[in-house]
Amino acid sequence: MKHVISVLMENEPGALSRVVGLFSARGYNIETLTVAPTEDATLSRLTVVTVGSDDVIEQITKHLNRLVDVVKVVDLTEGAHIERELMLIKVRAVGKEREEMKRMADIFRGRIIDVTDKSYTIELTGVQEKIQAFIDALDRSAILETVRTGVSGIGRGERVLKI
Amino acid sequence: MELNGADIVVRCLAEEGVDHVFGYPGGAVLYIYDAIFKQDKFKHVLVRHEQAAVHAADAYSRSSNKVGVALVTSGPGVTNAVTGIATAYMDSIPMVVISGQVPSHAIGEDAFQECDTVGITRPCVKHNFLVRDVKDLAETMRRAFYIARTGRPGPVLVDIPKDVTVAHCKFVPRRGDGDIHMRSYSPVVKGHQGQIKKAVQMLLQAERPMVYTGGGVILSDAAPELQRLVELMGAPCTNTLMGLGGFPASDRKFVGMPGMHGTYEANMAMQHCDVLLAIGARFDDRVIGNPKHFAQTPRRIVHIDIDPSSISKRVKVDVPIVGNVKDVLAELIVQYESMLADNPPNAAALAKWWEQVETWRAKDCLKYAQSDELIKPQFVVEKLWEITGGDAFVTSDVGQHQMWAAQYYKFDKPRRWINSGGLGTMGVGLPYAMGVQMANPGSDVAVITGEASIQMNIQELSTCRQYHLSPKVLCLNNRYLGMVRQWQQIDYGSRYSESYMDALPDFVKLVESYGHVGMRIEKTADVEPAIREAFKLKDRLVFLDFITDRTENVWPMVKAGRGLTEMLLGSEDL
Repeated sequence: MKHVISVLMENEPGALSRVVGLFSARGYNIETLTVAPTEDATLSRLTVVTVGSDDVIEQITKHLNRLVDVVKVVDLTEGAHIERELMLIKVRAVGKEREEMKRMADIFRGRIIDVTDKSYTIELTGVQEKIQAFIDALDRSAILETVRTGVSGIGRGERVLKI
Repeated sequence: MELNGADIVVRCLAEEGVDHVFGYPGGAVLYIYDAIFKQDKFKHVLVRHEQAAVHAADAYSRSSNKVGVALVTSGPGVTNAVTGIATAYMDSIPMVVISGQVPSHAIGEDAFQECDTVGITRPCVKHNFLVRDVKDLAETMRRAFYIARTGRPGPVLVDIPKDVTVAHCKFVPRRGDGDIHMRSYSPVVKGHQGQIKKAVQMLLQAERPMVYTGGGVILSDAAPELQRLVELMGAPCTNTLMGLGGFPASDRKFVGMPGMHGTYEANMAMQHCDVLLAIGARFDDRVIGNPKHFAQTPRRIVHIDIDPSSISKRVKVDVPIVGNVKDVLAELIVQYESMLADNPPNAAALAKWWEQVETWRAKDCLKYAQSDELIKPQFVVEKLWEITGGDAFVTSDVGQHQMWAAQYYKFDKPRRWINSGGLGTMGVGLPYAMGVQMANPGSDVAVITGEASIQMNIQELSTCRQYHLSPKVLCLNNRYLGMVRQWQQIDYGSRYSESYMDALPDFVKLVESYGHVGMRIEKTADVEPAIREAFKLKDRLVFLDFITDRTENVWPMVKAGRGLTEMLLGSEDL
């Protein structure tokens, strides 16, 4: 099953490679990984999406907790939570495609953030399934380039992950 | 007070009470060696290869419970040390390794003797640091020691660029006991009271209780607590390869080591108990064999371990207790004693269980056919045990001799049996003996090794000479990579691919050239006199080259991937 795990860790050089190294050394999967400093610059927040049985996920969270740089670990999937991913996608937009692309972007609540006479660059935010649905809705040959951030996650309501 | 980085390193080591540092100098650590030259707080032991420095520091720790310290230079100094670090990591040994690094400005430029030390060692250390500023050096050193010795112990590496060792900054001496507050690292000590209570209830209801302990009991110095608890429970007790000496082998309740080369009675009791109390042990593949087979027999399991990730990793447990083994056992004993009167254990069931265990023990699975002609390796270990009164520190290398040492030397005390259990590193035996003797001067130290393993760090005979170290090296020389040959015989149709040791040196002459004493023993009758003579030579390293029965195998044996009770008791079972 897919799990979204949030990790709060020291913003130290090498901390990220410890997390990544743990996954590869123990044969766990990384579907997506995002990381950036928090409002407190000494801390980084990392979201990792992984797939595994309950036993594997339990081991992953235990091993993450074992890392000396890791302050807190939460499996967001255990409770109500919000997931978002950002995609920037450059599409061909020539002739009658221009209007069609604009309409598709509107339907998916994307924003066109860069325009040339041959292309649009669209910014799209949402859950992974929505992003995928947008890609699937386009003619493959119209897609010039995509870049996705991977999932960021946060607990719903009063649940907070901080020290 | 203003000090340079090198002096800060030396001061920090002194603050931690370090009395021995094992190392090898080189370009990147010259300032540190210069600072060592000018101090008298600790002794530096110059090894002949960095791997041996780390092994010696590791054994220094294993035999004393102090943090071992090794010092190596950048590049090849570090890569040579990696085997030693990984060995200590697998067995959770507290150790600090200090490595030199090329100057900060040269990092990343493929400088002479540069390597990505932090990257190379990351998967085999508990934690590592690259010190970028001399102002962080003292704090980093203190963190390194704190992390190494607390929680589940392990090796910590501190990589120090050369310019940091010569830069100056203000040094403030350490206050307090060295415990450091870190928001990201706070090891658990005490166990959960409710879980302990649940465990005690389960233990009191047990009809066929079994106690299984590992290296955690040794590491947390919990042997007295373990002995008390087993006494109270009246249960059979087994110690893993890493846990030998945790419970006295001469006690009737000890049923030997479990696992691949464990005793029949230990493996049968592990499989057929109704409540298993696992303490500081991790259900390793060499201990429980195939986990599916192990789970076929229903039993309830209480698992005490300091590392949550060791719990329910290979085997599902019913009552997990996370905490330091010594603290948890102390609490468990208190609760057991207070609940005992109202919930007396089923004495009749326990008596019946012991009857069963004794019938398994009666198989006498460690018996072997003695020979007047060929020296049996088991016999050499038995004689060593007799002659040293079971009180020597015994280090071993890896292979058949290691298993015979574990089976036939009956350890009554913790920290006497020093071997590479997890990583299984050939070549540790001699450097381990150096570390043990430095930590325990005046004690008898024996190395049980083979003609293959000993050659993996034989250069340390020179270190032993320099520091007047006097371990007795018992080489069980069968002219084979014995364990490899055994597997090839059993699983590979006796095709002995590359397991034959050809062109062996004359070990007697070899050790004599280093200034030690060598003996070659070829007859069974000469075994005992030779060992006695060796131990009479108190101040000398004596190398006993026993020419043993070439084709002796280690029994019992559970083949890899098989169930714990699918034991081969001898060649007749093949």
